Amino acid sequence: MVTDPVALQLTAELFPSGISRYAVGGLLVGLGTVLIYVGTGIPAGASTFLESTLSYVSDQSRFQQYVGSRDWRLVFTAGIVLGGLAFAATVQSGLITTSLYEPGTTGQLYEVAGVTLWQTDVQPWRLFVGGVLVGIGTRIGKGCTSGHGVCGVGSASKTSIVGVLTFLTVAIGTAQIVAALGVSP
Amino acid sequence: MTDDRHPLFKPLIFVGGLVFGFGLGFSQMARPEVVLNFLQFEDFGLVFVMFGAAIVSGIAFALLPRLRDRAPLTGDTYERRLKPLDRNVLVGGAIFGVGWGLSGICPGAAYASLGVGNVTILWALAGMFVGAYLQGYWRSRSTDAAPATAGAD
Repeated sequence: MVTDPVALQLTAELFPSGISRYAVGGLLVGLGTVLIYVGTGIPAGASTFLESTLSYVSDQSRFQQYVGSRDWRLVFTAGIVLGGLAFAATVQSGLITTSLYEPGTTGQLYEVAGVTLWQTDVQPWRLFVGGVLVGIGTRIGKGCTSGHGVCGVGSASKTSIVGVLTFLTVAIGTAQIVAALGVSP
Repeated sequence: MTDDRHPLFKPLIFVGGLVFGFGLGFSQMARPEVVLNFLQFEDFGLVFVMFGAAIVSGIAFALLPRLRDRAPLTGDTYERRLKPLDRNVLVGGAIFGVGWGLSGICPGAAYASLGVGNVTILWALAGMFVGAYLQGYWRSRSTDAAPATAGAD
């Protein structure tokens, strides 16, 4: 076996953290979606939770249409949060080690009760303003990275492919401009 | 519609969410920095998360309708629930893109990020609820004003 040094170097440049953690993570995200779909026939997206949860506290007609699904969406989201925690308690804490996982050097690690947790360095104002736009945008645009990106693209929906291309292109442009303006982290 | 579902309905949704969130943690898509590095072309690995997930779910979406008619826990048919392609997909997608590019955070990854210990992400979650509320408030008013267009999606 001869490995092409040019290909190897290109890989190192494009994927400085390797590929495996991304590929394994993506397969698990897909698997979670598939589990729900196989049992229920529901292609679940993560952003409808925002509107469906607002239906508990607001009687706006826009939110009331999600009363029927708001309970399971709450369960789905609790699962996602606890899935993140399960990852923190195992792989991130070093309880499970695998060559497929590259830890990364961003943000700050801290420890609570023996569990290694992680916190971002990205500034709160970016998170908040970005969050508001994400909240408005996913609702107008009928989906987010999971609804359009995973379920929609997975079912070859033209709407979702157009949606993904739109938000991906705009996000790349935005991130490049923000970085060029010297905003960091 | 809500209460006569199979007793395993919510447990399965929960387990699905658990695997989904674990995957977002493992891939580090729950870290805004990693998403921003991707959008700035410094690390293309994130491509494997979204497309890896879409391929896995795509196989199930294509296969299941051929194997069975209805899902065991809901009795729902395995069908494509397509959303209409209109101007909103472009406008909303663009607004979402600006938010994603500014913060490095999207809804599912934000929930998982809270789980990995990132309490600062509460800013993003608060923002998302504010955004969804503003959009819903505005949409409710315009739909109430013109009831003929209600229920399009």
